Amino acid sequence: MNGSESGFNPAFNIATIKQVVNEAIERVRMPTPTRLRDLIRQIRAARTAAEERSVVNKECAYIRSTFREEDSVWRCRNIAKLLYIHMLGYPAHFGQLECLKLIASPRFTDKRVGYLGAMLLLDERQDVHLLITNCLKNDLNSNTQFVVGLALCTLGAIASPEMARDLASEVERLIKSPNAYIKKKAALCAFRIIRRVPDLMEMFLPATRSLLTEKNHGVLITGVTLITEMCENSPDTLNHFKKIVPNLVRILKNLILAGYSPEHDVSGVSDPFLQVKILRLLRILGKNDAEASEAMNDILAQVATNTETSKNVGNTILYETVLSIMDIKSESSLRVLAINILGRFLLNNDKNIRYVALNTLLRTVHVDTSAVQRHRTTILECLKDPDVSIRRRAMELSFALINGQNIRSMMKELLSFLDRSDAEFKAHCSSAMVLAAERYAPSNKWHLDTLFRVLLKAGNYLRDDTVSSTLQIVSSAAPERQAYAAMRLWSSLERSAVSGDATEKQPLVQVAAWTIGEYGDLLVSEASNAISMVDEDGVDDFVRPSEEYVIDIYQKLLWSTQLSINTKEYLLLSLAKLSTRFTTQPSQDKIRVIIDTFGSHIHIELQQRGVELSQLYRNYAHLRPALLERMPAMEAPASGPEARDDSDHDHDLSDASPDHKPDQVADALLDLIIGSDSLTNGDVDHKPSQPPASNNNSSSNDILDLLSGLDLTPTAPSNVMNNNVSAPAPAPAPAALLLDGLFATPAHINTPVTQVDLPTVTALEKNGLRIVFGVQRGGDTVTLTMRANSSASSTLTDFLFQAAVPRTFQLDMMSPSGTVLPPQGEITQVLKITNPSRSALRLRIRVSYNVDGVPVLEQAEVSSFPPELFN
Amino acid sequence: MMQFMLLFSRQGKLRLQKWYVAHPDKLKKKITRELITTVLARKPKMCSFLEWKDVKIVYKRYASLYFCCAMEQEDNELLTLELIHRYVELLDKYFGSVCELDIIFNFEKAYFILDELVLGGELQETSKKNVLKAIAAQDLLQEDETVDAALREVGLL
Repeated sequence: MNGSESGFNPAFNIATIKQVVNEAIERVRMPTPTRLRDLIRQIRAARTAAEERSVVNKECAYIRSTFREEDSVWRCRNIAKLLYIHMLGYPAHFGQLECLKLIASPRFTDKRVGYLGAMLLLDERQDVHLLITNCLKNDLNSNTQFVVGLALCTLGAIASPEMARDLASEVERLIKSPNAYIKKKAALCAFRIIRRVPDLMEMFLPATRSLLTEKNHGVLITGVTLITEMCENSPDTLNHFKKIVPNLVRILKNLILAGYSPEHDVSGVSDPFLQVKILRLLRILGKNDAEASEAMNDILAQVATNTETSKNVGNTILYETVLSIMDIKSESSLRVLAINILGRFLLNNDKNIRYVALNTLLRTVHVDTSAVQRHRTTILECLKDPDVSIRRRAMELSFALINGQNIRSMMKELLSFLDRSDAEFKAHCSSAMVLAAERYAPSNKWHLDTLFRVLLKAGNYLRDDTVSSTLQIVSSAAPERQAYAAMRLWSSLERSAVSGDATEKQPLVQVAAWTIGEYGDLLVSEASNAISMVDEDGVDDFVRPSEEYVIDIYQKLLWSTQLSINTKEYLLLSLAKLSTRFTTQPSQDKIRVIIDTFGSHIHIELQQRGVELSQLYRNYAHLRPALLERMPAMEAPASGPEARDDSDHDHDLSDASPDHKPDQVADALLDLIIGSDSLTNGDVDHKPSQPPASNNNSSSNDILDLLSGLDLTPTAPSNVMNNNVSAPAPAPAPAALLLDGLFATPAHINTPVTQVDLPTVTALEKNGLRIVFGVQRGGDTVTLTMRANSSASSTLTDFLFQAAVPRTFQLDMMSPSGTVLPPQGEITQVLKITNPSRSALRLRIRVSYNVDGVPVLEQAEVSSFPPELFN
Repeated sequence: MMQFMLLFSRQGKLRLQKWYVAHPDKLKKKITRELITTVLARKPKMCSFLEWKDVKIVYKRYASLYFCCAMEQEDNELLTLELIHRYVELLDKYFGSVCELDIIFNFEKAYFILDELVLGGELQETSKKNVLKAIAAQDLLQEDETVDAALREVGLL
């Protein structure tokens, strides 16, 4: 308006023109500052979210209406406003088509904003983005380098596979352009195209190589980036580019040796960006290639020694150099140099550099442990870093550095780290400590002490399997060590019970309960005075508790409302065990009262346990001493954590029944044979008929025999019998009943049968006994129904069927239908086998029974299962 | 390769977002939200790197603005810090001691500068001078067009 008023003034002069032009510029300039600025101001002035929303909604409505009216004069400005609104998180998809219209406009201003909008608003999942391909194609052919630049930039940011295919040839042509501005952008476009569609790589190969002959750093760095991508893309291309190693070395050398060049200087380092890219490409080219590595050894050494390290830039380059040295087949002296650079990094004040150093050491620690060991103290210092990322790296690295020589000092540091570390570290750190202790423990006592400390410090963050593995170590320790364990754990248990933090340390309570239950007699006996309880600090603060005090503490814990049911089960069974360990009448009475109160506990599991244990004071009192016998030593589980996870639950169950031992004993076998789970189901019933094995050696041998497939002479079972003189012969039926109650878990009993039936497999046919398996398949799990038929003339009694599977399988045995097999009768038992690895099933079985008073033992291996079993 | 770059204020307001990987809008918003919260929760003593999902986050605070880049695993974190610094230097040169308000009110310029520095998630130009030259030439092109249009409007052309 202003323009037309002062339009043709006859007395027009330069000043007027200038004013007119300036006004016009102010008005038309993109994005019209007044309007976009106003909008931003309005939005920023909004005091509440609702107010802001109303401003935005009003503006969006207005913008939509101008789009509908095809207002091309203000389109550019409106899109700019819309982009601002979009950044605030409001929907702006309705601007997509308008962006395309802007791109198609001949004006550079329109194109610039249009392409910006396209990069921000277009989503390759929508069809709209395909419409842009044609505009891009036009602009890639423009005469204005900046228009070509905009198109390349957009293509590089949002190229979809279709667009990449359509425009690849245009990009390839532009890489060959003499204009460096276009060349570098085209090279990176090619990089993105190859990322999206690796098949398109071939066509760019010829044009790429010549990029390295340019002087322009933009072209060089984009060329190196493109070649890196190509080399990572295919081994053939990698070989093709091996010959450029000398070129790269030369470029790098020129960068280092060339004097100060203000254009590319960053705090005294010449173009660190380009240096890093070249170093990375060298790493890829030199990997597993002695010849290429040889060619770059010198330059890497030069960079490693000559780079200025006082600033981040220098360290950036050193960091990349170290990575390259470690990755290629470099000389050993160079490797030492690299590790030392990282050692220096660890001492750097800049936390970023310390972090990078730890990260890199972690990657290289397996290559060269001894070199990294030298920096152990520095690494341990990093455990105290205020930065959580650094602490995490330092922790991982510390575990990688533990060995037989430094285990004591490392564990000491890690224990204090565990103590003060955040919750997120505790689980991982404690598990790793348990593993390291297991692997490198210098002595059994140290091992136990360390485990107890971990239990104390990790609290409830400890993984479940640590409890069972600790129990195993205690159970297999020497007797005086067991007493020591009971005493140590008692101190911790008492302390947490009194201070009331037992809820946070339930794994500790579980281990303590189990150990005190087993070795409680040693804890309270005079003999314990002989055991030194002096701890690391030289203090012996152990006070031998009275029996009643122990029971008071138990009561306090059992009465606590916050301990988990699982922990209480440990405590309750431990308490029952103590009834045979403790001798005074008042303590006996106390124990009985506590157990009886559990008969009415609100939790079904504890109630059942309470009732069952009470029964051991009444109808089955004669069984109590034998059932609550001390457990024999468990063998170390050779298996992974998955096997241990459920065994933990079984420990407390098995506590009550030492006559179970044959199964529980040999952990190594456990996985193989009956699986720890077997305790909770089936074969329990047989146990009474087998002599209660208070001598664990024979029983574990027994099982070992089964597993190892040694010749088992029929005398073996009688050996077992001979060894057992202590236990009173229990009446089989009631004991079976009782134990049934103890161990039956309903979950296992009704399993729905929705499986595929396969033909039966005969496992054994001997002396009139025939055992066949009915096979049903369902996914990873196979259900075998064992049917034992007898055609012998006599009744087979004490019939016991056992089975073992290789370690990759899991075996779950249900209760058998009986233990007595009359002539023409049948016993069935269900076996569930899980086979995650889906390998062929092999099964070793053992059957024992008495016929006419003579024990018979049969073994067989069954591998004739149908091959489709697990397919 | 850089997967995305975010600029946000200490109050958690997004000031600039540049995505080099294709994600649906919803996911972008979710990532932005989560990342802003995570980074703002970090204490100043902590290092500038963050392992976050499958990317490495490299961030740095300049005055009231956080510059935050998501890099891939094999990228050099320290170099990314240099890249961020280079971008800040360019903004500073262009606006003349840049502040958050400059970027708010001229966000499109901030984008244009970034687009001359990084393309498709990779650095395209290591010379500050060249970047600023390209920006200036394009700004000039725009101004020529406006002058041209204004002259046309007043009938001088």
